Amino acid sequence: MGDIWAGLVQAFWLIATLDADLIAIAGLSLRVTLTATLIAAVIGLPLGAWLAISRFRGRRLAIATLNALMGLPPVVVGLVVYLMLSRAGPLGVLGLLFTPTAMIVAQVIIITPIVASIAHQAIRELWADYHDLLLSLNATRVQRVTTLLWDGRRALLTAALAGFGRAIGEVGAIMIVGGNIDHATRVLTTAIALETGKGNLSLALALGFVLIGLAMAVNIGLHALARTERGGRW
Amino acid sequence: MVIALEGLEVRRGGRAILGPLTLSLAGRGLTILLGPNGSGKTTLLRALDGLERISRGRVVWPDGGPDRATQAFVFQQPVLMRRSVRDCIAFPLRLRGFDLRAARARADVAGAEAGLSDRLDLPAQALSGGERQKMALARALIGSPLLLFLDEPCASLDGAATRDIEATLARARDAGMRIVMATHDIGQARRLADDVIFLHRGQIAEAAGRDAFFGAPRSPDVQAWLRGDLLA
Repeated sequence: MGDIWAGLVQAFWLIATLDADLIAIAGLSLRVTLTATLIAAVIGLPLGAWLAISRFRGRRLAIATLNALMGLPPVVVGLVVYLMLSRAGPLGVLGLLFTPTAMIVAQVIIITPIVASIAHQAIRELWADYHDLLLSLNATRVQRVTTLLWDGRRALLTAALAGFGRAIGEVGAIMIVGGNIDHATRVLTTAIALETGKGNLSLALALGFVLIGLAMAVNIGLHALARTERGGRW
Repeated sequence: MVIALEGLEVRRGGRAILGPLTLSLAGRGLTILLGPNGSGKTTLLRALDGLERISRGRVVWPDGGPDRATQAFVFQQPVLMRRSVRDCIAFPLRLRGFDLRAARARADVAGAEAGLSDRLDLPAQALSGGERQKMALARALIGSPLLLFLDEPCASLDGAATRDIEATLARARDAGMRIVMATHDIGQARRLADDVIFLHRGQIAEAAGRDAFFGAPRSPDVQAWLRGDLLA
């Protein structure tokens, strides 16, 4: 209990004094995770909608594969991205290893299946409701997807936030491809791992509380922006 | 406008649920599809609108295929989009490329004609059963279709809501719209029909003008049904 209390107090002081290191680390955490979430949403939401309304050979296999990819081990993703981006790898020429961009790439790979799979479930139910109407109005495939994405936007926000939640707490992959370099690629999760390794448990806990607070703030903020739980029943 | 069925047959699970039917729907007016549950009314309507997968035969539309700009369909269960009533009504116009403001302005007029002026800002799912069907009808009519299909639009509605919908349909018919509607309600068929098609076990048991259908039906099945007997 003593460590937890000390961690809470330290978290409060780090925030109250606007600790420069904390702000840099938390800012990078947010930048990397929000960027990865945005990219995953741009890829995953239309992909989930397309899988929900399309009929093609191998569709079930594609859906099963997508669901299986939700459980991708982050460390393995990190290792693969590392090999791709390392100097000897096929994308080594880009010089992205140990940069925030590499961390974003790894997070996008990890969370896109989550976003797409949850989106697929949500859109599939909506498609069952809208199917006859959209067909009778001769909506094009693009119009069907955009209609379903718009009308399912609140469920899709949940899909995106699930991806955000997975990404902001991720440590294995970004540790490998980012390297946890101070003032370059250090984020909250890798800093927590570092401080824990050094035995500085109260600081690690303090950073953990900041991480939880940040995740909650983003969730609450986005729900407020999207006006979920308001505006009646649509 | 003529829509013709040529040997149309719909099969499910190896069993014919409709047809083979050969039929021509021409001219003006309001055609009522009558028949017991499972007789094929909904399947026939969906085939006429191009929504049903056809096993044999074909539907011949005036322009070779279903023309969505001139056709509309009202389903038995209104499709409630996750939008305001105004935006639900405006939706067909948005698909056709109308900008939001113009589509909403037209939806306001259509909504007012449907008696939904004070409901336009509500979520569609907040409407009562009768209001939902009025909204669905307004959505179908907003594009000024030439051909309107309705699948038991007044099922489970009370008298007042049914009267409003029937009045709207009568106005549309008088304005020249061709309407084909399925119903269980013999009274509604008497009130609205110009002609009646009676379906039984996926076949047309009788097709006749309203007066001939109700005054001198030839089919024993129709005679029995009009007497109130149950058809197996």
